[in-house]
Amino acid sequence: MSEQNQFVREVAEKKYEFGFTTDVQTEIIDKGLNEDVIRTISAKKGEPEWLLEFRLEAYRYWLTQEQPTWGHLTLPEIDYQAISYYADPTKKSADGEKKELDPELVKTFDKLGIPLEERLALSGMAVDAVMDSVSVKTTFKEKLAEKNIIFCSISEAVKEYPDLVRQYLGSVVPYRDNYFAALNSAVFSDGSFVYIPQGTRCPMELSTYFRINARNTGQFERTLIICDEGSYVSYLEGCTAPMRDENQLHAAIVEIVVMDNAEVKYSTVQNWYPGDENGKGGVLNLVTKRGHLRGVNSKLSWTQVETGSAITWKYPSCILQGDNSQAEFYSVAVTNNHQVADTGTKMIHIGKNTRSTIISKGISAGKSQNSYRGLVKVGTKADGARNYSSCDSLLLGSECGAHTFPYMDIHNNTATVEHEATTSKINEDQLFYCNQRGISTEEAVGLIVNGYAKDVINKLPMEFAVEAQKLLSVSLEGTVG
Amino acid sequence: MKSEQQYIELYGEVSNLIKQKSCDIMNNVRDAAFASFEKVGFPSKKVERYKYTDVDAYFAPNYGVSLNTLEVKPSKYIFRLAESPIDLSAYYNTIADNNDGITALNTAIAHDALVIYVPRNTRAEDPIQVDNWLRGNTSTMVNRRVLVILEQGAEATIIMNDHAEDKQRFLTTQVMEIFCKDNSHLDIYEIEETTPLCSRFSNVYINVERDCTVKHNSITLYNGQTRNLCDVVLKGENSEVTLNGCAIAGGSQRIDNNTLIDHRVPNCTSNELYKYVVDDKSVGAFAGKILVEKDAQKTVSHETNSNLCASADARMFTQPMLEIYADDVKCAHGSTVGVMDETALFYMRQRGVPEEEARMLLKNAFMGQVIDQIQLQPLRDKLFVKVEKRFRGELEKCDDCRLCK
Amino acid sequence: MATPFWGSGGFMLEIKNLHATVNGKEILKGIDLTINDGEIHAVMGTNGAGKSTLSNVIVGNPAYEVTEGSITFNGKDLLAMKPEERAHEGIFMSFQTPIEIPGVSMTNFMRAAVNARRQAKGEEPLKSTDFLKIMREKRKLVEIDQKLMNRSVNEGFSGGEKKRNEIFQMAMLEPTFCILDETDSGLDVDALRIVAEGFNKLRTSETSAMVITHYQRLLDYIKPDIVHVLIDGKIVKTGGPDLALKIENEGFDWIKAELASI
Repeated sequence: MSEQNQFVREVAEKKYEFGFTTDVQTEIIDKGLNEDVIRTISAKKGEPEWLLEFRLEAYRYWLTQEQPTWGHLTLPEIDYQAISYYADPTKKSADGEKKELDPELVKTFDKLGIPLEERLALSGMAVDAVMDSVSVKTTFKEKLAEKNIIFCSISEAVKEYPDLVRQYLGSVVPYRDNYFAALNSAVFSDGSFVYIPQGTRCPMELSTYFRINARNTGQFERTLIICDEGSYVSYLEGCTAPMRDENQLHAAIVEIVVMDNAEVKYSTVQNWYPGDENGKGGVLNLVTKRGHLRGVNSKLSWTQVETGSAITWKYPSCILQGDNSQAEFYSVAVTNNHQVADTGTKMIHIGKNTRSTIISKGISAGKSQNSYRGLVKVGTKADGARNYSSCDSLLLGSECGAHTFPYMDIHNNTATVEHEATTSKINEDQLFYCNQRGISTEEAVGLIVNGYAKDVINKLPMEFAVEAQKLLSVSLEGTVG
Repeated sequence: MKSEQQYIELYGEVSNLIKQKSCDIMNNVRDAAFASFEKVGFPSKKVERYKYTDVDAYFAPNYGVSLNTLEVKPSKYIFRLAESPIDLSAYYNTIADNNDGITALNTAIAHDALVIYVPRNTRAEDPIQVDNWLRGNTSTMVNRRVLVILEQGAEATIIMNDHAEDKQRFLTTQVMEIFCKDNSHLDIYEIEETTPLCSRFSNVYINVERDCTVKHNSITLYNGQTRNLCDVVLKGENSEVTLNGCAIAGGSQRIDNNTLIDHRVPNCTSNELYKYVVDDKSVGAFAGKILVEKDAQKTVSHETNSNLCASADARMFTQPMLEIYADDVKCAHGSTVGVMDETALFYMRQRGVPEEEARMLLKNAFMGQVIDQIQLQPLRDKLFVKVEKRFRGELEKCDDCRLCK
Repeated sequence: MATPFWGSGGFMLEIKNLHATVNGKEILKGIDLTINDGEIHAVMGTNGAGKSTLSNVIVGNPAYEVTEGSITFNGKDLLAMKPEERAHEGIFMSFQTPIEIPGVSMTNFMRAAVNARRQAKGEEPLKSTDFLKIMREKRKLVEIDQKLMNRSVNEGFSGGEKKRNEIFQMAMLEPTFCILDETDSGLDVDALRIVAEGFNKLRTSETSAMVITHYQRLLDYIKPDIVHVLIDGKIVKTGGPDLALKIENEGFDWIKAELASI
């Protein structure tokens, strides 16, 4: 038993390979949250008055709200005054304009496998790299601009395309949506902005890489994607953070607007620092992601591989408003040690003949708790709506938990909604079969879990799929003895 | 004024009278239960297990509280708690959850309890039938309390029929505590056939020990507003529990079933099958949780909830839940909300079966799957007929039905 | 009154300029077809030509929409009738893929169908004993196993059993006009023979039929009086039984070539 514990510890210690910190001069504002802090952030980013107002309104609303508590999710007490809400690792010249990239930053992203130099880039991928509160660099901007595609940090978009931002910001996730949405709306720092004009197929994958580096800071990502009529974009998001003993907060909002006949694919490989084997430290990943399928025949698919974070609270959702719109949610969530994942989706069917598919695979190990929580709602006018949900859980070890909480609210008699879920342990016959062929149990678990998650992994773009497969095996090392 | 207040005042006024009419075993816990009710009140829709029923609204009207003594025909296995030949204090109010406002209220004001007691190694040959008739000439609240005890090796089939007559409003609370000792076998049916003026809140708590088979069947054929809670705790190994339900709602009826099967020990099996047909403007809700605790290895559990929405204004809410803390388990649940099979409908019409008739046959077939599982053949046959009548609109005896329109 | 040259019963089924769509797509593009009492018509054609659409439109499947044209049956406007009313008029379709209806027993299903038809004709419903007696007789006639009668409609039936069950239902309902929609698909030769012989046994001198098929095979057993070729939503050729033989040997290409040359 103790031998196994030791092994688990070793694995836990070695396995988070992105736990290093970057020594770079970072400008961090004082800890604490009040209206002055919000004014400071807004001023530092040189924002227009309407945006400051937007932030302040959200902040005032947030003050009236309480942190949500439900089901299995027990958030640790978060001291919102002990967090710094703005950390900028980029150097500034005297006039406040950004200068050359600090070589340390370039090295950091290199180490994470995200080259910021275009000539080194993975084929067909443009990257927006965000460290702490600031977008460090966005690649291939010019090349994309040739097709009138806008891909930049949201801070830049506020300056360059204020009308677009003002039109859509908060239109999918209003600040009143929930506690963390209000907080994000008040203090959001950076994230990506994507606009694909009418009838354009984005020629490369767009990707944002989020890195938390500075100590005691919160990261408040804000991403906005607008895909205009008849267009297509595939967007990827990756995240890592250093190993720190205290919890770090990542409270994001992602809003996606999909117009007539447009299609958006959004993929996430989330590998925030999960905390150590005793549950100390780790990122609190409290995220509101939502897509609004406004147009007829629009499509949105969310694919996520969640392996990191101490706590994940995330329900990428779809509002299927356009007739014949289609939404998909594919998720693999792996939890180990003391991790808690509470994730799922909401599919809100409003338009006629709308379709949604939910495939969720939860894998729990160690002392972790892994829950699927989802809602399928079919409104009175959503004639012919269809949903199919399948939520499977795999348990590795006797101290973890796997839970399924689907809600179905059906207000239309022409809708067909199907949900199925299973929970089981890893198949021992399969394990033995692998063993007999000379494959170690450890390796066999990795193989089987990858097979189990294949339906979801297959939905990821190639580069990410390979990454995700590795991550799944690594995250589960030491779970079966 | 919140509706709790009138019950709090009522208790102040009549608690002495209730105590006089009642017996020690019930009076001993009465004040504590009342204190609990005062504290928690009626569950609001924010309480997860009550999110589909607005309890307050049903308790708000002014009802006369019935304090009639139970009419119990002398029988081998049935008696009033006050007349119990054995001490049942080890059972009464020991598994009912008085943190639930409705249970607490029932414990506080129920003055009489029905006991079904099957002694050790005894097989009750004939089904034990309990008929509850709601009648009266004024709006009446009835608080029914039932205690079912199957001693070691006992075996029984229990049928509880709920009927209502007259054009009166009735509000019923029921708390039933069921104890299944080692190696006992219980098959229990609760059949509601009341009127749209009736509201029912039933909380059933079942304790299952080793080597038992327990089947609980909840059948709502005709009603007003029904809320059934059924909590099962598996406390002994090698037991099997089945919860089946059949809910047919039309008009503006509401049926809300909420179940919890708690696997505390290894090697138990649970099955659950609930089917709903919701028509007109009715609302159906089903929430069923399978909880597998840490030590409950080798649990096998299967839960199915299938629903047919037969009209544009009908609503269905469903929430099948798995909460699992043991790894060596096989658990599955499935839930569907669907429409009638159009191809089957057309096939039948091509053979000359009129559309209405074809729909009726399909609804009947849909419910048949639950009725088929009833072991007691005379009851099964009777229910097949009743369900068909229900779908033909021939069961209602009131002014809300198609037949009388 | 002199008997008209086509027989005594007049036009049984008369289709004029029939256009129909499925999911907004036009499949039938102007069909004219007359079937008289006692006649067997075969409709042949390539996949997707509209053969099944034609049969489904005649029996009133709500998934198909008639956009133009008319269908009369014994002088009555068929398009104004519900599917069950058409059935009561004596129209029966043997489905290409008979539908499974879990939970509805064959006996209950047939009782509902037979009694609905009797009611439409102003007759009393059959007594249970009489009904079961008829079931038994017809079952023997088409050689269908009793055990299938205790099951749900078509549930767990093999392909051959399903087709035989269609013929059994035809026996129960005694239609005057039958549509056999690719009854031969998925059947081996023996099963095909049994089904065809069943049909021939049930047939009276007044019974007419429309037999939809890809192959001559079925027509060896059910001899057509007239053969139509349906291509792209239109009847492009009509002839005698020899037309079916020619198609069996040469396929449809020569007809397409003929059309192209016009």
